[in-house]
Amino acid sequence: MSYPTQFRYTKEHEWIDAKGGIATIGITDYAQHELGDVVFVELPAVGSSLITGKTFSSVESVKAVSEIYAPASGQVTEANSTLQNTPESINSDPHGAGWLVKVKLANPAELNSLMDAAAYEAYIEEKKKEASA
Amino acid sequence: MRYLPKSPAERQEMLAAIGVKSVEELFTSIPEQFRLKRPLNLPGPMSEAEVIGYFQDRAAENSVGYTSFLGAGVYSHLRSVVTDALLQRGEFLTSYTPYQAEITQGTLQAIFEFQTLMCQLTGQEVANASMYDGSTATTEAVLMAERITGKRRVLVARSLHPEYRDVLRTYAKNSGLTVEEVPFTASGTLDGTALKASLRDDVCAVVVQSPNFFGAIEDLGPLAEAAHGAGALLVAAATEALSLAVVKPPAEADIVALEGQSFGLPPSYGGPFVGVVASREKFVRQMPGRLAGQTADQDGRRGFVLTLATREQHIRREKATSNICTNQALCALAATMHLCLLGKEGIREMAEQNIAKARFTLSELEKIPGVKRTFPGPFFNEFTVELPRSVKIVNAELLKSKIVGPYVLGSAYPELTKHALVCVTETTTRLQIEQFAAGVRAALQQPL
Repeated sequence: MSYPTQFRYTKEHEWIDAKGGIATIGITDYAQHELGDVVFVELPAVGSSLITGKTFSSVESVKAVSEIYAPASGQVTEANSTLQNTPESINSDPHGAGWLVKVKLANPAELNSLMDAAAYEAYIEEKKKEASA
Repeated sequence: MRYLPKSPAERQEMLAAIGVKSVEELFTSIPEQFRLKRPLNLPGPMSEAEVIGYFQDRAAENSVGYTSFLGAGVYSHLRSVVTDALLQRGEFLTSYTPYQAEITQGTLQAIFEFQTLMCQLTGQEVANASMYDGSTATTEAVLMAERITGKRRVLVARSLHPEYRDVLRTYAKNSGLTVEEVPFTASGTLDGTALKASLRDDVCAVVVQSPNFFGAIEDLGPLAEAAHGAGALLVAAATEALSLAVVKPPAEADIVALEGQSFGLPPSYGGPFVGVVASREKFVRQMPGRLAGQTADQDGRRGFVLTLATREQHIRREKATSNICTNQALCALAATMHLCLLGKEGIREMAEQNIAKARFTLSELEKIPGVKRTFPGPFFNEFTVELPRSVKIVNAELLKSKIVGPYVLGSAYPELTKHALVCVTETTTRLQIEQFAAGVRAALQQPL
């Protein structure tokens, strides 16, 4: 799966897609692959705040429960409620239907410090090499 | 999975197989200064005859021939020898409870049956594989409510078992939870007006016990409504699980915390007990402890596994839902056997005997001048009476006739100085009840 070029990425494998002050956040294809079959997603309430680097959600797979960290600060405007019934869309469409939350960004400039698609792909190549080493 | 000790030769063989010379060598990773360099201060080995003699001496220290009217969270009930005989099989008694589905279908199925029984009794949708006891189950229920609501204020009925409140305060002390007590009314039940006055949108749980510590049965419906109105959950605790056989199950509660000792476990030295947390299915991911689930293997056959273990401490470490990451498997098994032996009718009959005998005891006590029933409402097998004299003095007199008197409420409630919490179960005979009443009467007539 390719990594959309308009997204920005974190080292913890979240993606963020900002359009006019509202950003959509999810986990990357690499992350869903590492987690395995997702069975449950815990999402924050609409109106709650995300703080950069702090956990805001957890994704439970058959293997483990993983914390999801906020790539940027902001206020939740929408949470992907379809994940309650179809958490597996995180596996099948991590960069699309498997999105987690939409937030109103507190400081859109924060995204400049994140990786672009090319940098992220290089980063996970490195990870894969470490894993097979 | 039995526990079998190893002979010195076998130990040597095992050490040789892994390439070390001695057991001590296995501990070399522990810095020198932290290692114990002398043998443990334990008595030496005993011969078989000495061991038998030792235990005969200890057994002779047991008090026998006493009748007890003491309950307050620990209840003496009939137990079948069948439970003991099955429970003492080595596969159950001496094994470290294994959970690997490949080798332990029996254990996992027993836990699953236990959970099912607990759901049927509590009117809840899911129950866990057990916790240490009722007090830790109650506290874990509060922590669960905190995780679900994200709020940190707890309103606890003053009529909750005093030791349960102590355990909750111990947990709360350094975890940022605020615990406040809600008083009881003249009828011994939770004060609804005071509750409403304290309920604000920062409360995670309202904790109430029923039958409560004074024996009074709480009406949970309105309490649930009040809690839910403020966005809080209702936690219903029960110390006397047998009451659930006749009292309406706490289905209105969001979380039920139960002490299951009444189901086949002797009072002993106050343990071991078995706690239970039961709740609604939508909260299952915030439940503490283990959970056994039913599933199908690759050939479609019915099977059992531990489920939702991804949130347990051995996987999530400090982020686990609870740091109680074990259960009381043997006690839960005893409870399962006990309940299955009694059956639906048997447990009901046992519970009804408790009510009948407790009512008879109250009527006998009320015939004594100066003895007054304190709270007017319905009760199960415990009730509160006020005596015209200190309960401690009366109990000291009763003990001379081999009667263990009622719980001294003044020791936990300064406002109830002359009050006694009397417990009567199906194990007490009519004659014993009459002797108890006569003993109380005599103790009260003694000159000061």
